[in-house]
Amino acid sequence: MTLTYLRSSGLLVAALVAGCAPVNQPLYHWGDYQQTIYQYHQDGVTDYAAQVGRVEALLNQAQAQGKSVPPGLHAHLGMLYFNTGREIEAREQFAMEKSLFPESGHFVDYVLKAQPEHNQ
Amino acid sequence: MRSILSLTLVLLISLLTGCATQSTYDYTAFRESKPRSILVLPPVNDSLEVGASYSFLSQVSYPLAESGYYVFPVAVAEETFRENGLTDPQEIHALPLEKLNDVFGADAVMYIKITQYGTSYQIIASDTRVTAEASLVDSRSGQLLWKGAATASSTEQSNNSGGGLVGMLVVALVDQVINTTTERSHQVAGITSMRLLTTHSVNGILPGPRAPALQRQ
Repeated sequence: MTLTYLRSSGLLVAALVAGCAPVNQPLYHWGDYQQTIYQYHQDGVTDYAAQVGRVEALLNQAQAQGKSVPPGLHAHLGMLYFNTGREIEAREQFAMEKSLFPESGHFVDYVLKAQPEHNQ
Repeated sequence: MRSILSLTLVLLISLLTGCATQSTYDYTAFRESKPRSILVLPPVNDSLEVGASYSFLSQVSYPLAESGYYVFPVAVAEETFRENGLTDPQEIHALPLEKLNDVFGADAVMYIKITQYGTSYQIIASDTRVTAEASLVDSRSGQLLWKGAATASSTEQSNNSGGGLVGMLVVALVDQVINTTTERSHQVAGITSMRLLTTHSVNGILPGPRAPALQRQ
């Protein structure tokens, strides 16, 4: 049932695309990213490890398909890494955000500066 | 699974609202400012639904980023505000631009107000409706670059506000997919967000620098 429904809505989309002014492919691979952002805010869920899993999965999907991830995703993953004590990976993700989206540079610098260095 | 459906829904809506071309909005300030990046502040919520603000906020990135802008990650921005003791959207909206610039360095800041969010029960059918207003401000000069408003409702087929076919599709999809009123409101908020923040709407925002050249003209 769901499958048929999906197919029919896919056809509808195709029909609409064909019938309308030029419509571009999405710039980014979104997957369920917005739903992820929403879901983990509901009920104050703070299961950072599960969030990391969801965002990493999205990143892998995008990479496998050779697509770009949306702005903010690397920074978001970086924040989650910081929250789970994975500091080196966190900094890598923020650096990635900055190099893909130089518009984020000022904010990335702010976040990294505000983050205390943990030297074990 | 549900997210695929909601993406399809969102796509449908964007396509259906996408054919109109007339334009009366004065974009002079917007064109001069040429913002590349947008910081969306947590929406002020005038509805009674507690979760409305974040429900809406979590769905603004797609239309704005696909319009060609760098959108600051809403979850990271929210955490940054929280670490600075700011959780009330009203309070955040009142922050001076210099404060925001110190932290984010955004070219433009978007202020959103949700005026309606949720389900009202009527005799024949219930109506789930989300209405929001947005204004985009140049973060250096404080000048208003653009403002707009949009609404979406689960009963659009009867009042015809989105066109007959659109309305029918919206209702059919929302009815099939969504079970609880909370989820339904969230879904309708996504449609409102698309209408409000896509470059395809009449008098909508202008395409940003990352949009394909075709759109930017």
